[in-house]
Parts: sequence; structure tokens; C-alpha cells
Amino acid sequence: MTRKRQISIALVLAAAGGSGVALADSAGVVGANAFPEKDGQGLYAGICQGCHMPDGKGAVGAGAYPALVKNEKLAVSGYPMDLVIYGQKAMPGFGGFLDDAQVAAVVNYIRTHFGNEYKDAVSAEDVKAARQPGYRYFTLD
Amino acid sequence: MADVRANPMDRRQLLAMIGRATSAAVMYQAMISLGHAAESDFQGPIRLEGDPRGASVVILGAGVAGMTAALELSKAGYKVQVLEYRDRAGGRSWSLRGGDTYTELGGFTQTCGFDNGLYINPGPWRIPYHHRALLHYCKTLGVKLEPFVELNANSFLHSSAAFGGKPQRFRHVMADFNGYVSELLSKAANQGKLDDEVTQEDRETLLAALKNWGALDRNCQYTPARASQMRGYDKDAGGGPDGAPVPSRPISRDDILRSGLWAYLNFPLTYEYAQTLFQPVGGMDMIAQAFAREVGSLIRFNTKVTEIAQSDSGVSVSYVDAQSGGAGGQIKADWCVCTIPLSVLSQVRTNFSGPMQEAIDAVPYAPAIKVGLQFKRRFWEEDEAIYGGISFTDLPIGQISYPSTDYQKSGKGVLLGAYMFGVSAVEFTALAPAERVRRTVEYGSQIHPQVSEEFDNGIAVAWHRVPWTLGCYGMWKEDTRKQHYKNLCAIDGRTVLAGEHCSYVNAWQEGAILAALSAIERLHKRVVSGT
Repeated sequence: MTRKRQISIALVLAAAGGSGVALADSAGVVGANAFPEKDGQGLYAGICQGCHMPDGKGAVGAGAYPALVKNEKLAVSGYPMDLVIYGQKAMPGFGGFLDDAQVAAVVNYIRTHFGNEYKDAVSAEDVKAARQPGYRYFTLD
Repeated sequence: MADVRANPMDRRQLLAMIGRATSAAVMYQAMISLGHAAESDFQGPIRLEGDPRGASVVILGAGVAGMTAALELSKAGYKVQVLEYRDRAGGRSWSLRGGDTYTELGGFTQTCGFDNGLYINPGPWRIPYHHRALLHYCKTLGVKLEPFVELNANSFLHSSAAFGGKPQRFRHVMADFNGYVSELLSKAANQGKLDDEVTQEDRETLLAALKNWGALDRNCQYTPARASQMRGYDKDAGGGPDGAPVPSRPISRDDILRSGLWAYLNFPLTYEYAQTLFQPVGGMDMIAQAFAREVGSLIRFNTKVTEIAQSDSGVSVSYVDAQSGGAGGQIKADWCVCTIPLSVLSQVRTNFSGPMQEAIDAVPYAPAIKVGLQFKRRFWEEDEAIYGGISFTDLPIGQISYPSTDYQKSGKGVLLGAYMFGVSAVEFTALAPAERVRRTVEYGSQIHPQVSEEFDNGIAVAWHRVPWTLGCYGMWKEDTRKQHYKNLCAIDGRTVLAGEHCSYVNAWQEGAILAALSAIERLHKRVVSGT
């Protein structure tokens, strides 16, 4: 499969010659297994808004991406944490590509923006506790 | 044992033996390591024998899977209707041409500015020779094919961290890697270091083979005169008094090894990607058009499925207008073949069995990006002597692919400026289309400086923003395959699923067709036997 081979090739390259240039605005080199952004806003802009859109309003086609605006499902912090780590239905989980601090950052960002005001922030430790030991994360290919 | 690749029956017997002895998941792994996971088991045209006695089928989706099912079921005597979300047939099998407008989820609209006759295939773009089901339909439906160049010895391999970011010719990396490895192994053999491994006679054969394979000189060394026969010359042979060629110097062994560019060498030699591959002349959607000529009258377009409700006696599919969300209705049929991608199907209300619904809900969709770029001239041919093929890079764009058609044509040309997966694809999906194109041009110019100068216009497709698929293809992993795959493929009441997600040839049109053929074969057996 082109995708798996391409990514495994690039991981070899990264090991061989050092990882590629970390361009400040770049999407990372081919085969990178981590997202470079660290803060919630950067992570939202780099990842989530692809589907949930820059304004958090989601989109509707043959199927829909839910809006995050005033989304009551965000009230319980464990729910968005689980979704970001494991995904749900067609949404891929990003747990294999984000560290605990990044998951916490993006969950906290979503829960305090787009008309959401949930003040019970999650920590990296909370994310760590939410990860099942031995879970095999999806790759993104 | 006979070569398991030579005889399909032996291969299946081997895999079945492994399957009986171990779990399905291990069998799948065995298939991957044997290189079989992405091949096709097509054995010949489907024969649906027996009279369906006027049974009706509603097919959901007029992509390649849906239209294959529609074609064969209507030939077999079923009453067939097809519901399709888009305003045209083909699903993910799609081409963009000048004048086409495409609006992605989020409302970002692009108008393709390509010149007449130029196109890009944002979805499937090549057909391996072993995808025999698809090739069968191309033949019977009259789709003209031309070769798709996968391996071009003159294309570039690029790493931003190697050779100061200067791209290297494929033929240089290939010849030099093979040459040095052969030289090293010959040295070891000549020093007696392999005497425990090979007999004296075999050592001589090995040395001869390495000399041949690695283009070594009579001293078993990789030196310019012989190396140039593989890697090319500093000055090519010519005519007249100064016609003698000048050999080229290989890159140093250390530089070749440390560059890591050797990682790209066997990609175009894998079973999945080895030549010969094909593409339809004029665009991949020629396949959709060919199917649509046969079954287009059965398709109800602009139809968004909202519910699939099955009973003991049939299926009722509710729909609304895909654009307005209004003007709804219901189609009733005895049976249903559902080819809706799981990214969408998981949001449709159904009364499928628990295991079926869990399977539908277990498959996330992969991100992918394709960017087509038009240039004022075919600089890759005029300046670089690159005709078709692919250059690979560790930049986020991943690869640049040159058109396998219209060689040396004057005027503008279109190439694939980016083909992205994984992290890079996610990040590019989040950008506005114009920004995806802008960055693609910026990255591309690191491989071809002419890119910035000759760039004309571009169009970028991010598959998670494609309104009819919400993702590129379904992703499986070992545990989900084991737990859910067979349930997904099973006939559930009156409905059977099909599509690339119901195959082991994911993300290929072949997978969609094979899934459709399997689905309708099993469905037909049930219909004809009256169960």
C-alpha cells in the first residue's frame, strides 16, 4: 500500500540522515509520526479545523462533521479526551500522534472556545490516565 | 514446493493452510509478508446463474462498486435502482479538468484552470497489471488504456537532509547502491569471509553474479567506466570527432548510505507497484463514464440516503435531496446492496444487526491530499528529460508525478505536485485550498527550481473535505480486522455491503469491484435458493 510504504520509507530516512528541516509553518516531513504544534490553538488550527472548520461549525455533506460551537457533549471532559485519543466511528484517533500534553492542550482549547466555557481543565496526567495500556493506536494511513 | 506465486491455486492452498493453523489475523499478516495483501483474486467474469424471478434491488452509491453491482444484477434479471449523492457517477473515481468547479466541505470553492485536454485524477490514478477485475471491465466497457509510468530512472530522489538538499537522479542512487553493496559482498567473498555460507563453486557463481548485478570491473570494484553503463555519463556519447562519452564518477559509498535515499529504490519494484501499470486515456473518470453508459438510466442522482430500514420482506431506503435537504422520499426493494463509504454510513439511521453496526462504526477514514499543478511549459521534459514517472521527497508533498501522456506536446502541462498522507495530509486538510497550492509550489521548487517560474495555476483536493466521502479510504488494523471484517461483509437480513472497505485491496478500485462481485454472488445465491 503506497501510504504505509511511503511512511515507513520516510521513517527510515529520518533515522538515517536525521529528520528533515523543521519549517516553522510546515506540516512536518513525510512520515512524521507527531504533530509539531504544542498549544491548543495551534493544534486546533493544524488538525481539528480540517473537519470541524476554522469557526468550529462543522460541515454537512453526505455525512456531517459535528459543530463544536456550544456543544453540550463537551461538558464532561472525558468525552472529548476519548475522542481525541481514540476517535469515534469515522473520526480517526490521534492518540498515536499526540503526547499527553498536546491532547490536554487541544481538549482545553475546544472546551473554552467556540462559545464553550467549561472551566475544569484537563492535565497531561488526566490524559495519561485515560490511555489504555497496550492499546494499539491507528496510524493515519 | 512449486513457486506459490506461479499458480493461484497453490497460493490459496498455502494461505488456507496457514489460515487453518492460525487465526485470521495471523493469516492476514502472512499475506502481507508474502506480498499478497494488495493483489486481486479475480478469477474471471462473474456468472450469476438462476432466475431471480423479478427480485428488486436498491443499490446505494453509484461509485465503481455500486455500478459493478448494478451492471451485473441487471444483466442477471434483477430490477435495479441506484441512489447516488453526487450529481454524477463515479464516486471517488474522478477527474478534474479546466472549467470544473469543486466546492469542498466548509464552502471553499476552487475552479480548475487547466487548459483543454489537461486533467488531474484526485482519487485513483493508476491500475496495476494484476488488478484483473478492473481491467476486465475496462476491456468489456471499451475504456482505452495507456501505460502509467511508475519507475523512471531519470526521476529525482530528494531528502532535505542529504546532499545539501540537492535532488539526486534515481539512476545514480540505484546504480551506486547496487554497485557498492556488490563490491562489499565481493570483497567479503574474496577474503574467505563467506566460506561457511557458500561452497567454493557457489562462491565463484556469486562473484560472477555480483560483478554483473553491481556493474563491477574485473577487480570486483565499482569504478566509473563500468558504473557508467548503469548510472549514466558525465558527457553522453555523441557524433563527430568529439563523440566519445565521458564516464561519470559514482557518489561516495558513505554519502549514498547515509543519505537514506536507497529507501525509495524498491518501491516501484514491489508487487503492488511494479510495471506495467495503466491509466485510462483522458482521465480516470473514463471508467465511471463507461459504466454510466450502461447503467446510468438506473441512477437517481442528488439523492442523500438518510435511513435504511429492513424487514423480513424487504428494505425501505429513505432519502432527501442532496442539495436542499428537502423533497424526500422512499425507495422500497426486496434487497439492498449498500456501497456507501463507512464514514457516511455510520451516520445513516439503520436497523442492521448489532455486529454489522459495530463493524460499520469501527472503521476510521484516512486523510489524503492531491494537488494538481499546471505549468506554462512541460519543463520536466524540456529541461530534465523526465517523461512520466515519479520523483520522491521527504518534504511534506511526498512525491511529484509527471504525466504519462502527451509527451513533448507544446504548451502547458499538468503534473501531480503533491500526494500526501498521515500527519502532512491532516495539516494540509486544515489549510484553505489556495494555501495548499501555494505551499505545494514552494516545496516543489526545492526539487525543481522551474516550479516557481513556470507555475500557472493549481487545484488541491483534501479527502476529508470531499462532501461525498468524508475521507479517502477506510483504515483497518489487525484487531479491528479480526473482530469486525467478516461481520461487515456478511449479508445482514436483506442488505449486503460492498466497497473498498469490504476488501483487502483497500483504497484501490479493484477492492471496490471485488467486494461488489463477492456481495452480489452471495446475495444471488440466497435469492435463487429462496432462503
